[in-house]
Amino acid sequence: MKTKLINQSNCRPVITEPGNSALLKTGTWRTLEPVLNKEHCINCLLCWLYCPDMSVIVRDGKVEGFDMDYCKGCGICALECHGKKGEKAILMRKEEKE
Amino acid sequence: MKKMTAVTGNEALAEALRQINPDVCAAYPITPQTDMMQRFSDFVADGLVDTELMLVESEHSAMSACIGASAGGGRVATATSGPGLALMWEMLYVASGMRCPIVMPVINRALSAPLNIHCDHSDAMGARDSGWIQLWSENAQEAYDNLIMAFRIAEHADIRLPVMVCMDGFIISHSLGVMEFLADDVVRKFVGDFTPQDALLDIGRPVSYGPLIVTDQYHEYKKAQNDIMSSVFDVAADVATAFENISGRHYGLFETYKLEDAEIGIVVLNSAAGTCKDMIDEAREDGVKIGLLKPRLFRPFPYGPIGDALEHLKVICVLDRSDSFGAFAPLFSEIAASLYPRANRPFLINRIYGLGGRDFMPEHVASVINEMIEITGHKTTVLPKKYISLRQ
Ligand code: SF4
Ligand code: SF4
Repeated sequence: MKTKLINQSNCRPVITEPGNSALLKTGTWRTLEPVLNKEHCINCLLCWLYCPDMSVIVRDGKVEGFDMDYCKGCGICALECHGKKGEKAILMRKEEKE
Repeated sequence: MKKMTAVTGNEALAEALRQINPDVCAAYPITPQTDMMQRFSDFVADGLVDTELMLVESEHSAMSACIGASAGGGRVATATSGPGLALMWEMLYVASGMRCPIVMPVINRALSAPLNIHCDHSDAMGARDSGWIQLWSENAQEAYDNLIMAFRIAEHADIRLPVMVCMDGFIISHSLGVMEFLADDVVRKFVGDFTPQDALLDIGRPVSYGPLIVTDQYHEYKKAQNDIMSSVFDVAADVATAFENISGRHYGLFETYKLEDAEIGIVVLNSAAGTCKDMIDEAREDGVKIGLLKPRLFRPFPYGPIGDALEHLKVICVLDRSDSFGAFAPLFSEIAASLYPRANRPFLINRIYGLGGRDFMPEHVASVINEMIEITGHKTTVLPKKYISLRQ
């Protein structure tokens, strides 16, 4: 994920392309990352419902993983997750940045 | 043939604004600027300009309206003084950060308290770090010329930054002086048509202004602003050359007076330079090798060229019409920074004069000249910073 840096030639607080917020990858400031363990997932989709950044990827009613371009690592999904028999399907762990 | 006219500084600047005919002016009255915008509002009422004059409820609103109009795509001007500039404080940074080429005469006035309407540079010095370009003017002629050049500098494609044109309140704004106006068509041609960039009112190409930039790129944004400011030197010099071609009047980034062979020198801004030059002429008759440097472009500050012009001196007195309480005054700090990298540094003293309109008389110049002569002679210990012309 490469961000376009501000310099002398583009130093204007102006958005010239309407609806371009999807181009701004907001995942850069994440320090924790959600880790999915499908064995404990009951597909209740609470994580999908609560995620403030629409970063829980669901296909055919099943949780597939996370969109790391936008996931900010807030941990709400992990907090809301009930999982199966007291075992959460999402846990947060410290992200190793290369 | 030159046609000289007797006008006040405020009349001169109102005339310049009439000739330039900005799209929008949003202003609020404050002494000693009021008289200028009042004259300009007559031009609006008489149909001599097409300007949309917005009568707002405060200077904060005036600058906000100017920013909106500038982002909208218009050529914009306003004017203010002292506390009015202070009330604009928040919006000054918005104007420069948004790259709005707004042009604003600042008729220098003291800040309250105690309440004082007279000349003092504390207002503009308080705004020196706001990202605005600052041009300073000794008299009505220089203020008029600077105001015309300010539009070309502000609106230059590589700059697009707001400019303050500083002129001394009352001493120049309300005193008659003799000056030469340029013809209307000459000024209009020089300033040229305004080219908007990313105009909000260009509905065919919608844009949004003012997004949030936090820790990820704010730092880079401010560096970019600093880099743009650093390119103002060349643009200001080019604009001055173009201006010389239409007016015959030469402007550098600063002015020197009898400085080349001088041993001691005065550095001072605005109208007090006139008094100093007269006294320098007198001192020269007595064989004192003295000169003067008067900065014109204060932001950005041309440290290198000013250091070059001053480094051969033995003693320099920097006269400040504003103070930083418990610290050196603003002009002194810049001169010291200009000279610090030099191998041979002149001896520097900082003298505070004329706060709140206190008269700056020839005898006050004579006293600092004497002080410098004494320092050159036998290295007396002197206070680096001192108030002069104090009542005893
Ligand atoms: S909240 Fe937990 S259990 Fe429910 S769908 Fe999401 S990961 Fe699966
Ligand atoms: S950590 Fe936060 S942003 Fe990332 S997927 Fe979970 S709820 Fe969404």
